Amino acid sequence: GAVKSLQALGEVVEAELRSTKRWELTAEGEEIAREGSHEARVFHNIPPEGLAQSELMRLPSGKVGFSKAMSNKWIRVDKSTADGPRVFRMVDSVEDEVQRRLQLVRGGQAEKLGEKERSELRKRKLLTEMTLKTYWVSKGSAFSTSISKQETDLSPEMISSGSWRDRPFKPYNFSAHGILPDCGHLHPLLKVRSQFRQIFLEMGFTEMPTDNFIESSFWNFDALFQPQQHPARDQHDTFFLKDPAEALQLPMDYVQRVKRTHSQGGYGSQGYKYTWKLDEARKNLLRTHTTSSSARALYHLAKKKPFMPAKYFSIDRVFRNETLDATHLAEFHQIEGVVADHGLTLGHLMGVLREFFTKLGITQLRFKPAYNPYTEPSMEVFSYHQGLKKWVEVGNSGLFRPEMLLPMGLPENVSVIAWGLSLERPTMIKYGINNIRELVGHKVNLQMVYDSPLCRLDVEPGPPRTQEAA
Amino acid sequence: MPTVSVKRDLLFQALGRAYTDEEFDELCFEFGLELDEITSEKEIISKEQGNVKAEGASDVVLYKIDVPANRYDLLCLEGLVRGLQVFKERIKAPVFKRVMPDGEIQKLIITEETAKIRPFAVAAVLRNIKFTKDRYDSFIELQEKLHQNICRRRALVAIGTHDLDSLSGPFTYTAKRPSDIKFKPLNKTKEYTACELMNIYKTDNHLKHYLHIIENKPLYPVIYDSNGVILSMPPIINGDHSKITVNTKNVFIECTGTDFTKAKVVLDNIVTMFSEYCENQFTVEATEVVFPNGKSYTFPELSYRKEMVRADLINKKVGIRETPENLAKLLTRMCLKSEVIGDGNQIEVEIPPTRADVMHACDIIEDAAIAYGYNNIQMTLPKTYTIANQLPLNKFTELLRLDMAATGFTEVLTFALCSQEDIADKLGVDISATKAVHISNPKTAEFQVARTTLLPGLLKTLAANRKMPLPLKLFEISDVVIKDSSKGSAFFPGRCAEIFARGQSIGKLGVLHPDVITKFELTMPCSSLEINIEPFL
Repeated sequence: GAVKSLQALGEVVEAELRSTKRWELTAEGEEIAREGSHEARVFHNIPPEGLAQSELMRLPSGKVGFSKAMSNKWIRVDKSTADGPRVFRMVDSVEDEVQRRLQLVRGGQAEKLGEKERSELRKRKLLTEMTLKTYWVSKGSAFSTSISKQETDLSPEMISSGSWRDRPFKPYNFSAHGILPDCGHLHPLLKVRSQFRQIFLEMGFTEMPTDNFIESSFWNFDALFQPQQHPARDQHDTFFLKDPAEALQLPMDYVQRVKRTHSQGGYGSQGYKYTWKLDEARKNLLRTHTTSSSARALYHLAKKKPFMPAKYFSIDRVFRNETLDATHLAEFHQIEGVVADHGLTLGHLMGVLREFFTKLGITQLRFKPAYNPYTEPSMEVFSYHQGLKKWVEVGNSGLFRPEMLLPMGLPENVSVIAWGLSLERPTMIKYGINNIRELVGHKVNLQMVYDSPLCRLDVEPGPPRTQEAA
Repeated sequence: MPTVSVKRDLLFQALGRAYTDEEFDELCFEFGLELDEITSEKEIISKEQGNVKAEGASDVVLYKIDVPANRYDLLCLEGLVRGLQVFKERIKAPVFKRVMPDGEIQKLIITEETAKIRPFAVAAVLRNIKFTKDRYDSFIELQEKLHQNICRRRALVAIGTHDLDSLSGPFTYTAKRPSDIKFKPLNKTKEYTACELMNIYKTDNHLKHYLHIIENKPLYPVIYDSNGVILSMPPIINGDHSKITVNTKNVFIECTGTDFTKAKVVLDNIVTMFSEYCENQFTVEATEVVFPNGKSYTFPELSYRKEMVRADLINKKVGIRETPENLAKLLTRMCLKSEVIGDGNQIEVEIPPTRADVMHACDIIEDAAIAYGYNNIQMTLPKTYTIANQLPLNKFTELLRLDMAATGFTEVLTFALCSQEDIADKLGVDISATKAVHISNPKTAEFQVARTTLLPGLLKTLAANRKMPLPLKLFEISDVVIKDSSKGSAFFPGRCAEIFARGQSIGKLGVLHPDVITKFELTMPCSSLEINIEPFL
């Protein structure tokens, strides 16, 4: 302790820690060195005519010595004698090796014993290995016989008196952790969400209301021209509600137009030519996409005359009843952007996507033909991933079908372009998280939330701090 | 997305050239397909059942190609090859014709008993067809793919294909009591009644999924020929008597179902794909179907529809400037044969029976864009001028979040779905009092209800983070789903309060009741606050 505090003062002393090992006898070991091993004592206690085993066991070294003496083949037991088992000597004399070895150690000559012998004695708890630590202390470069205590921090008194000039200050220990300040934290997914909101606002997009997790099949599917027999409307993919099971309030004149378009066609379309059922459209569900909110927004836009172009966005929760795995949960967040205006083209959609993704730091884009029930043309958006050295899908997009827009009452030459992507995927890539359960839900490790850095979407992250790269 | 598995070399042979994997991948990207996986039968078995079972399996290279869900004409090798060859202008799209037979026309008579169970049926004949093992496999596989997709797992339409030479028309499609139906089904060695079959197939991994379609009905659909031979009991199984083999020369195809439009589309699809192998290529023999009301139809329809599209409309919607002639060429490459007519601005587009997916001009416009090449289109920005507005609730939430974090609380994001227990029992409340929204058929308890309060989510987060140093201060600002306002006593008596702002009750705060704490598997005292922020907007 004294040496350590001297060392803390700086170059006052130089101390070298040396340690040596030494073998010593335990208390039991001492006893045996004096009196002889238990097995030897047992041996010597047996007279030529032998001794009843029960009597032997009552002797002080009896129990311990008996089994050892047996295994050394110094004694034997005759179980056939009339009055109980009797112990006899098997040899005439014995060499008490154990006592001899212990005496060597006591005499400071432990090195004369082999490794195996020492370890055996240690197993029997007769020997222990002691470590002796010593400090060799010598004068340091700043040796002095007077001690001046090192300061840790500057104080107001030192500043006003100027005494800081004459005091030594303790150097910083950069390997100490330091005390973390008590602070609050924002969730990384929601930090990314804030950034996406900023991007949309910068591009002039207005936020749509999406505060309804519950939606009717009508707005979620039918209004989007998704047919009632479509597999996505299966129980396997969608969460339907037991209570309340049906949506009671639907705009009936609009519903009639949608019904006609599905079953008979119209507005330039052949339609699907099947029997459309109102009951099916009334079924309540947990929305499978926020496109249902976009449909509501467009329906309200159509009511305003004359038509005013609009740009809408939303980022909110959606629900899918699919197979869950490392990258899929039943709940996730969808980002959606919509532009409604006269004369919009596929080229415009690509242009808007380019600006949007540039704000995410993604500049190399390619577009691939795709299929969605409610958009035509449809495009999947791909970007080049430098790390994986391949093109990966970053979003889905398209022009809404006329069968969706015209029954709403939007003018015929108004086109609506739209695109969407999930919020979780770019977040997991940005924050180097491989399993979505480590990001969303109550099982998330709060340390991850405490440690997650600033969200800068348009800047490449440094090397990932945890595990494998995304 | 449906996946089609084709033998790579067979594909290249049909395409007339070989591709590297990268080249083919690129071709798929252009056309709107995806080369999902390159594998072999051996690899597939190896992955699923281990290397030992895979011994001796074929290692012929297979391409697994993802196809858009609405393109039934690309669901088999024949269709894929045709689509790609026309796209690359190596062949012209075939013209399909329905022809009358030399002798008597095959007839399928529908009786009124089918009306309540499976009212519609259509039929056609492929005459003098030449199958090879590969073509035969492809034929069977296409039926499976159609069953899984457009047929909605046989509920909407079921397909039956039969060796016409083993049968004798006219055919009758009727519905009978299960005990009255007896026949030897495909791959069985003796006859069974329909009741027995329903039992047997309960353990058949493939067929058990379709039994429910007719199981509980009083009458089952069944098709007979004029000699009383049963062709099939749709949608379950065909008869063994009329099964087709590689040597079959004349195929009788019947599609029955509950959706007339889809039945017609499915029939057209099968015959257009496989009439390629008929002696009189791309012709299909007509069949007459008589409905219970006496009305007679001839199938397959194989209708070609004409639609007029203005060239400038296509240019405008895509954002390109092609001449009408060029646009017509682009469309023809997508199997939509087109030509410029009239004033030079109109394009007459012929929509073949293989393109049932084309419903509106926008479908035609998409095809023009694909043929032009999406990545050749110039990117432009719309001139749409708008002022952005934030949703007041979200704007307020963002401000509140920042200040909550500044106060030293950590934000969490919990699930909106949870168990009934979480929002009721564990909070000392009866579930009926919560007025929660209930999910039907939840897979696990975690999906029973939508949360009516944010509290359980926060408490579960605490329970999952027991090892973290104290204090733990959590917050969440998000939506809950309630049908009505809920009442509850989750708090320790005398240690809670209702919060009023501007005379309105907006929430509660307090120390949680020990019962609530233990039910969430926590040990430390816990206090919470929950308010509705909407009144502040």
